[in-house]
Amino acid sequence: MTSLCCKVGTLNLRNPIIMASGTFAFGAPYAKLYPLDSLGGISTKGLTVEPRTGNRGTRLIETASGLMNSIGLENPGLSHFLQFELDRMCQYDTAIIVNLGGGSLEEYEKGASMLQQAAATRAAEGKRGIDMVELNISCPNVKQGGMQFGLHTEKAREAVRIVRRITDLPLMIKLSPNAYDLTGMAAMCEEEGADAISLVNTFLAMSVDLKSRRSSFQQTYAGLSGPAIKPIALRMVHQVCRSTSLPVVGMGGITTAQDVLEFIMVGASAVQIGTGNFMNPRTGASLAGEVTQLMKKERIESLEEIRGVI
Amino acid sequence: MQAVVVNNEPLMEGIYRLTLEGRHGGKAGQFYMLRCWDSFPLLSRPISIHDLSEDSITFLYRVHGGGTELLSKLLPGNSLTLEGPYGNGFPSPQGRTALVGGGMGIAPLLLAAKEMPEADVYLGYSGEAFAESSFRSIRSSGGLTIISGGTILDSLEPHRYDTIMTCGPVPMMEELARRCAGSGASLYVSVEKRMACGIGACNGCAVETPSGIKKACVDGPVFPVEEVNFHDLALL
Repeated sequence: MTSLCCKVGTLNLRNPIIMASGTFAFGAPYAKLYPLDSLGGISTKGLTVEPRTGNRGTRLIETASGLMNSIGLENPGLSHFLQFELDRMCQYDTAIIVNLGGGSLEEYEKGASMLQQAAATRAAEGKRGIDMVELNISCPNVKQGGMQFGLHTEKAREAVRIVRRITDLPLMIKLSPNAYDLTGMAAMCEEEGADAISLVNTFLAMSVDLKSRRSSFQQTYAGLSGPAIKPIALRMVHQVCRSTSLPVVGMGGITTAQDVLEFIMVGASAVQIGTGNFMNPRTGASLAGEVTQLMKKERIESLEEIRGVI
Repeated sequence: MQAVVVNNEPLMEGIYRLTLEGRHGGKAGQFYMLRCWDSFPLLSRPISIHDLSEDSITFLYRVHGGGTELLSKLLPGNSLTLEGPYGNGFPSPQGRTALVGGGMGIAPLLLAAKEMPEADVYLGYSGEAFAESSFRSIRSSGGLTIISGGTILDSLEPHRYDTIMTCGPVPMMEELARRCAGSGASLYVSVEKRMACGIGACNGCAVETPSGIKKACVDGPVFPVEEVNFHDLALL
């Protein structure tokens, strides 16, 4: 019997397929297409204390095998999420991972305490709560904060430390592939008491509009995702897995069962699917089953058997 | 869902009419996400419903990039994937109604003209007209005005209508909005934005409105003109 069960720190997952932040909203658009209990987990759209309207101008450009985005953390704000979205998400029988973004240490601090408080209130009411916090220090598309924190290890340390101090919820740090010292960043997460690491967020990239002789994006640069980045993401996940004892959730251009097993083989505890949801909105309905099929074909009995073999 | 191609005919240089088998849902102004390729291009293409019948659905599209180029190569008997219908579609007509299309913007108006048999139809083309015979087959000459090589807007008197619905180039719709102001006609605008998911998850097709950011794919693509910022729309 092939098993897809896995753990990210203390969090038990039905399977290693987690839907990546920013590509799955709060689940509802996809719940109309298939039952979300086929998923290991869902990471919410990145949330900030205050609502954000996101970036103006072009937000999407398709590239060869990739997608560039400059959404700019558009989100309804944490209060709205906690009041209106979380209950609905908790109806889905899958792990709920809340992606917390921010523009300053104060905002990360306030956001973390809102989540901590909401989790405590829900626990007191006997309700399902927040299974994990994914701290986003890697959004490349906002001027203030986001990736600013994700580039420098010591700057990131301040954000991780403050959030760790406030919440005892399982804490995963989402790293930017643009970080100057990725393994140093991973070591810092471990030192500061994080429970897990996820990577990669999008790669800083650029597109030019010939007619206007300007960047296609008002923020000049945008984040590149999709199969175009997979080989680089895989290498980075491998490097981080070899350098840390924290569980790592790998992502970057994963669209097939083969991709999933490759990330597990380089050491990932679980994976996230982002842009793949836009190529086929039903990816989450079938991918776990396809992974099982491929494991049978390759005579792999459990993910444990192949995790980190490279 | 998969559907089989009945016909994929060029109407003129770069403009095709694609008809697929099967009974499909939807109403005028809604769209489907189409793809006839495996992985690349990455994204499916949002295309509005041109026509619907008991056993077919028709799309009208212009070859613009890699995706529509592949669509244009489809032959009868080939199959493709479609997801939808998505979006809000045009509202129910209130009072005397006009449908105003410019260029490729005429695409969603054929089904709208069928759903709203009382509505007058205005079609404008910068060059040669296309798909106009489909409109002629469902409208008497009294209810149909077609202008090729000029602006359709000079043929339209907004004050004669209670509701006007439009789809076309942004400058045309912006000028129509200017002419409708103070005329008493309510104007609804179908907008075009780049989309990744089509279902309200990616926030890629954001539209600036006075009541905040909305999504062209689920809150639109049809918006009351009061919600539309034409400058924002021009930033496709």
